Amino acid sequence: MSDIPNNEPSCVVIGASHAGVNFAFALRREGWNGSICLIDADSVLPYHRPPLSKAYLTSDEGIEKNLLKSKESYIKDRIELKLGVWVEAIDRESKTIILADGTTMAYDKLVLATGARPIMPPIPGLDTAKNLFPLRSAADVANIKKTVAENESLQVVVIGGGYIGLETAASLKKLGASVTVLERESRILARVTAPEMSAFFQKLHHDNHVSVLTEKNVTSIEPASTGNTVVCSDGSSYPADMVIVGVGIHVNKELAEKAGLTIENGIRVNEMAQTSDASIYAIGDCTFHYNPHYDRYIRLESVQNAVDQAKIAAAAIAGKKCSYDSLPWFWSDQYDVKLQMVGLSDGYDEVVVREEADRPNCFSVWYFQGDTLLSVDAVNNAKAYVYGTKFIKGGEKIDKSKLGDPRAEFKPANLVAQ
Amino acid sequence: MAKITFITSDDETITLEGTSGSVMALAVENGVPGIDGDCGGVCSCATCHVHVTPEDMVKTGSASEIETDMLELDDNADEYSRLCCQIEISDAIDGVVLKVAK
Repeated sequence: MSDIPNNEPSCVVIGASHAGVNFAFALRREGWNGSICLIDADSVLPYHRPPLSKAYLTSDEGIEKNLLKSKESYIKDRIELKLGVWVEAIDRESKTIILADGTTMAYDKLVLATGARPIMPPIPGLDTAKNLFPLRSAADVANIKKTVAENESLQVVVIGGGYIGLETAASLKKLGASVTVLERESRILARVTAPEMSAFFQKLHHDNHVSVLTEKNVTSIEPASTGNTVVCSDGSSYPADMVIVGVGIHVNKELAEKAGLTIENGIRVNEMAQTSDASIYAIGDCTFHYNPHYDRYIRLESVQNAVDQAKIAAAAIAGKKCSYDSLPWFWSDQYDVKLQMVGLSDGYDEVVVREEADRPNCFSVWYFQGDTLLSVDAVNNAKAYVYGTKFIKGGEKIDKSKLGDPRAEFKPANLVAQ
Repeated sequence: MAKITFITSDDETITLEGTSGSVMALAVENGVPGIDGDCGGVCSCATCHVHVTPEDMVKTGSASEIETDMLELDDNADEYSRLCCQIEISDAIDGVVLKVAK
């Protein structure tokens, strides 16, 4: 079976989340006259993912209030949606993809926006645990909400003290659950932030009566009369009606790998989001790409990267000269704390903590490598986030002593070294 | 029900009707050029910057602290700037005219 041949060029996008959807609309805006088909295994109309562990989890709103684009928008821009469809393989020679039901689709340009999936660690008992969920999809959240609704005094164990785990813990607490977070490392957020930030969030959760325990290596999950018992290597155990797993992601690279595309820590792409096959592009969480600000190849799990690579790939396919040069940014909301992050802190050798006089819970952590500002984590402090963005982009040298002095007024002119 | 008019950077005028949610969400849903709303409406990306027509400021109110902070170093920002993810649609803002920032 094959599509009826026609003269219209065809662009097929595998993956309809932030990257795939933004790409499809951007490609149309770039003037692409051919067909655009967006395929995803998820059967729900594409939605915003970041709120899933934050505001969406605690609200009564359905997913229809959280859509990336309305159904009408796809029709208006002639973007065909194939939802609930699994792609089996890519045949690069014949430029076709093969769907799970055996049908094939031809492409002139193929875009892989396959994203990532939660890691389900090989912990004995994890497969059979009751009410155990990751948190990445609308279906995961529906399962979690259902479990919360069915249990009045719900006891939750969250495995993993990264952003997803901590945001989910804060949201579940708000819904009335008692929550314990188990982190394997000696501090939470160890992979992504300085000890000062870990300490702040540890205390924030403590103050909100969420128990965050570190150096807890989960070794098994055992059935219990009401649910599960989560057992750690130090012999401690925790009862859980529900278990949330937030220990990171696996890149969905298998399709690309089977097709023989170059894979490193993700699908390798050039500055135009093009893979090792000139007709195939890759965008978003699944890519391993070069970042000129840090002069190295990186993989990012973020909306910013998904959206920016989507725009680059659309421009490149439209024949425009373009090159990815975005500075990464992220955010996290926990309780009433808004964390905004810009840049990548890997390789830092010094942090400067900037506190604001008379403003508790408003501070920022500035990461340096020598005199080079690498990144800023801003807590309830959008100013610090905005200044940090400007300084990193401009490569400005910062007066660290003024930066760290809460009596020095917080303004760009004061912070740049003379 | 509120009628909201957007003037794009190409001077195109788009009038939309909404009943609830944010002005950003309405604009994104209808593909108003220049309003991206990448962060989904949590005041984290500043991709929904508009200038409110001066006489409509009484209806929309002025920017909150976080909006002002997010726009502090934006050369196009002025006293009429808002991040429209922070403007809730209600009858109270019926008729406002918003210029999409460059």
